[in-house]
Amino acid sequence: MELGSYSDQSKSTFSLADEDHTIANAVRFTLNQDPRVTFCGYSIPHPSDNRVNIRVQTTGDSAREVLKDACQDLMQMCQHVRSTFDKSVNDYKMSKTVKDMDIK
Amino acid sequence: MSSDEDESMSEQEEQTKSGKEDNGSVLDYIMSLESVPSKLPPHLELLKTRVLCKIDAPQHTDTIQYSGAYAALGVDNSIRLDNFRQNFKVQVNRLTEDDIEFDMIGIDPALANAFRRILIAEVPTMAIERIYMANNTSVIQDEVLSHRLGLIPIGADPRLFEYPENAGNEKNEKNTIVFKLHVRCERQQPRITVKSNELKWLPNGSELPSEDIKPNSSSKPKTFTSFSCSQDSLPEFSGNPIAPRNLDIILAKLGPGQEIELEAHAVKGIGRTHAKWSPVATAWYRMLPEVVLLKEVEDELAEELKNKCPVGVFDIEDIGKGRKRATVARPRSCTLCRECIRGGKEWEDRVALRRVKDHFIFTVESTGALPPEVLFTEAVKILEEKCERVITELS
Ligand code: SF4
Repeated sequence: MELGSYSDQSKSTFSLADEDHTIANAVRFTLNQDPRVTFCGYSIPHPSDNRVNIRVQTTGDSAREVLKDACQDLMQMCQHVRSTFDKSVNDYKMSKTVKDMDIK
Repeated sequence: MSSDEDESMSEQEEQTKSGKEDNGSVLDYIMSLESVPSKLPPHLELLKTRVLCKIDAPQHTDTIQYSGAYAALGVDNSIRLDNFRQNFKVQVNRLTEDDIEFDMIGIDPALANAFRRILIAEVPTMAIERIYMANNTSVIQDEVLSHRLGLIPIGADPRLFEYPENAGNEKNEKNTIVFKLHVRCERQQPRITVKSNELKWLPNGSELPSEDIKPNSSSKPKTFTSFSCSQDSLPEFSGNPIAPRNLDIILAKLGPGQEIELEAHAVKGIGRTHAKWSPVATAWYRMLPEVVLLKEVEDELAEELKNKCPVGVFDIEDIGKGRKRATVARPRSCTLCRECIRGGKEWEDRVALRRVKDHFIFTVESTGALPPEVLFTEAVKILEEKCERVITELS
């Protein structure tokens, strides 16, 4: 859910249901990396409310697009993390089997 | 080439570039100009990349995330994806059936922490959720026994099951695992201990009738589940029957004449709902410690320093003529107890304790449903799904 104004799309608050620090903090990180962002932050209005508000203010681009890009970036980072991790685990398993064979 | 020419050239170039290509390449071009420093001065670099652990408190603990944080210096602080791809590294140190330890280098704590939080609270597993108690004459109360049963890790791959919400309220072979437990201690016999190996898998679903059995009706009475086929006829389970992951967990003790008879239904869930669904015993990380000797520490002082550290970070090296010098041999095992900088200002000036902000020693201990390395990849996938959800919601 987006809370902003029609006349100025560069500032908006996005309210994500069923989310918490996990994604909000990670997205805040990628938003901060974007030079178009002048301000971003998040808050959890009430601890028993399953919701997080993310505030985005930009230099002019639509805040919605900027947040979407930030999520896209985060996703690509995750994909990279996953492939790197899988590769390292495979390397480790390989080297271990080789070592085990050496002992015999 | 005169400086005038130089300037007009670069202006032209800049214009043509911004005309044709996207923002990124202009930025790259600006960054490549000689007058723009590309690196921070060393003292700022230190504060950006290290936590300084001083005697009273750690300092500079935050990561500088904002892309324009060093704009006044002309240094770009944004991490672009290619940069991240180049610098990110994973190094596995230990991998066993139950746990993994790996170094994750070149990542912000915001992400590392997201992975940790997801591992603990959002990677699904199967856990016992409903108990149908037919008989319990043991000393352990129904609710306590039920709670104990809930916490038993089930050795079933949760990816092969669906959430119970997906099937309405129907309990079918895709979302429920049924176990039976029936133990009895005969009179005149010694007491017995009921362990988790007594939980027997019922691949055909529940055997308890859910309504009163009508006399002389020939049809089978309704049970608490409606399986359309037996689970062990499914290819995933035909070779490996489902059982608790550990077979020696004590559930109850029975005295002579006591008996427990119950049925336990396991469903899929996540740790945020209840910790019994958490797939990890623990998942944690610590930042890589860095111990630096700012001055040469020699002779008796070296001996003293070596003895100060309870985990043996320092070693002593011979530098000839009977003199000794302290060296940092095992910084990784530093627990940051700060014992080495205690004992006056002079020690604080000799030893610097730091943590590397983007180097995480990550440990995942699985409870057994999935191997630890799979858990981590699942966690990363879940974060990806979250992003996807936000993107579709915003489109
Ligand atoms: S902080 Fe503690 S563990 Fe670390 S080097 Fe100093 S004395 Fe050793």
